[in-house]
Amino acid sequence: MIRLTFAAALLASASPLLAETHTVSPGEGAQARLQEALILALPGDEIVLEAGRYALTDGLSLDVDNVTVRGAGMDGTVLDFTGQQGAGEGFLITSDNVTVRDFALENPKGDGIKSKGADNIVYHRIRVTWTRGPHEENGAYGIYPVESTGVLVDGVKVTGASDAGIYVGQSNGITVRNSIAEANVAGIEIENSRNALVEHNVATRNTGGILVFDLPGLPVMGGGNVIVANNLVVANDTPNFAPAGNIVAGVRRGTGIMVMANDKVLVENNILSGNPTAPVMVIAYTQPFEDERYNPLPREVTIGENTYDGGGYDPQLDGAEMLLAAFGGELPPVLWDGLGSVAAVEGTAGWSLNLTEAGKGLGGAQPGPLSVAEPTGEFDRSGIGAPAALEARLAG
Amino acid sequence: MRHSGVLAAAALAFAGALSVQATPPQYVNDEAIAGEGMPRLLSDYGFFADLGEQVPVPHVYPYRLNTPLYSDGADKLRFVYRAPGTQFRADGEGLIDMPVGAALIKTFAFGEGESRRLIETRVLLHRADGWVALPYLWNEEQTDAQLAVAGARIDLTTPKGEAISYRVPNKNQCKECHGLDDAVVPIGPKARNLSGDWLAQMVAAGHLDRMPQGADQLPLWEAREGASLNAAARAYLDVNCAHCHRPGSTASNSGLDLRWEQEDPHALGIGKRPVAAGRGAGGHLFDIVPGSPDKSILTYRMASPEPGVAMPEIGKETVDEDGLEVVRRWIGEMTP
Repeated sequence: MIRLTFAAALLASASPLLAETHTVSPGEGAQARLQEALILALPGDEIVLEAGRYALTDGLSLDVDNVTVRGAGMDGTVLDFTGQQGAGEGFLITSDNVTVRDFALENPKGDGIKSKGADNIVYHRIRVTWTRGPHEENGAYGIYPVESTGVLVDGVKVTGASDAGIYVGQSNGITVRNSIAEANVAGIEIENSRNALVEHNVATRNTGGILVFDLPGLPVMGGGNVIVANNLVVANDTPNFAPAGNIVAGVRRGTGIMVMANDKVLVENNILSGNPTAPVMVIAYTQPFEDERYNPLPREVTIGENTYDGGGYDPQLDGAEMLLAAFGGELPPVLWDGLGSVAAVEGTAGWSLNLTEAGKGLGGAQPGPLSVAEPTGEFDRSGIGAPAALEARLAG
Repeated sequence: MRHSGVLAAAALAFAGALSVQATPPQYVNDEAIAGEGMPRLLSDYGFFADLGEQVPVPHVYPYRLNTPLYSDGADKLRFVYRAPGTQFRADGEGLIDMPVGAALIKTFAFGEGESRRLIETRVLLHRADGWVALPYLWNEEQTDAQLAVAGARIDLTTPKGEAISYRVPNKNQCKECHGLDDAVVPIGPKARNLSGDWLAQMVAAGHLDRMPQGADQLPLWEAREGASLNAAARAYLDVNCAHCHRPGSTASNSGLDLRWEQEDPHALGIGKRPVAAGRGAGGHLFDIVPGSPDKSILTYRMASPEPGVAMPEIGKETVDEDGLEVVRRWIGEMTP
């Protein structure tokens, strides 16, 4: 019996038997010691970052599969990039089955943690902070997984990103949950990605809270199958501080949840309060494009039950005064541009621009009350979210 | 200047060949290249008869690239090693196919003549399970270089007189540029960017199986005024940007593809909106705005020394004014 259990344990373990723990401490030479540990680690190893502040001059990187990097808590272990002299991000991960947890990055010159082509990655209780608050010269993304299959972001906190706090791009099988995105341009952004679950997060003081969209011209296209549920999306009223030229520079201050050019998106059981342009916005891509693979419309977007504490009371929209007057001083909570297809549960208060053609601007807008069908049948949740196997790495 | 460096290296190679007749013959340590470990010292490989003077042993051949990667003005001494019993194979205009056992060696030096200092030597080793990239940092005495997997920063002055903190890349950063479809590959020795004369010599000596088609297309950088502006700019972008900005590589998610062979204007950045540029966009809307280098993100990022904005992200600390000038003119002469 004992022998059997032991054999089972061996079978269950994906790591080599001689997995090692490498402990790194802050202080003199931390840059080289930490980077060396990341390079010399073998699959299955754990790198422990002792509590303290690590003054770093260059970006870190990890390219070994199946490694855990663990700190002493998001306020205990701080990787301080204030003096960073090179590299495009604080920490770059390019290998599979990596777990990063329980540490913080402060003031990276570019992005915070970027994982590219890094399948089955777990970000757990990571903090990325630009300490001066919103500023257009802050880095773009805090948590930045891209081109990956299997992404679990749990319990992270990002403040001050000049693009998106938590950004998942060109990926598949994604969960972002239990996280706080505060005072970024976009709180949480799911871009050109499929099968994403965004739940139990707090998005506050961003310009826009949670954005789900597709862009043309990227290697991975066809975003969709996204659920945005049970999030607290409140007081997203920070003026847009994104550098001009970026897609999020067009996000209107006070956007709660935005769905743009995407397929099969469910928005339900969220609490939306203090998002002065539009608590919920469903729109088509507005720019010209040449990518034949691209569909600029929102398709089969379902607005379920949400709790709306007011609507668009101070909208950053052309003709705001007239609109406010027409709708009795406040815009209804759900804004649709009239393009693509949207369903909403009975009683959803909304308004539509009633556009008839994508990419032609708002000239043809004929604003009126939202009038859409109710959802037919259950939203298909199969396959949405990060692989269940990633959960096990949250223990401890 | 770089050209004279190559001539000097060739002359030294000749001197080295003479000297081996007087001393016991020296051979490359093939086990160091093909084995599993990470040799601690550059001398462990035996690539050089005189390490400090960079005089190679037999079967280690110096070469140059027509258009080189900008590295803060470093003088780069490039060598390729062919393992016994193997032959390099031509593969069109692309990378020379170098069988397992081969090595590429590149030493970065600053200063001329007596004051020349070797800073780092990067090696690419072709092992049975793929290429491995390792950085070696030269000692103060200039007698050997030691493995520095974590890289380093060295204070030095560039040929233009800029005092910089020069970055020796770490082992992972090697892969940021040399990574393609999750494997490490050489970047430089593509037939199109190699001298036809050098290739012919390699063929004549039996090191290379045949003369590749499409060799020697990229202009000699120092003679770029004699080439078309388009060729000079596209060569520059191919060599300095396209190892990341291409499908399958580090910046593939940007959708920008700056390879020499790319012909789609949008993929090259013309009228292309940024994806993840962040503040790197500098307030501009498109990577390239024909006729307007001042409104193009590409040139904005090339002209910045600031981390998070500067391109390339790694491998240089200073702005390459020459490269920037060519790319600016190229964009400026495009028809809006």
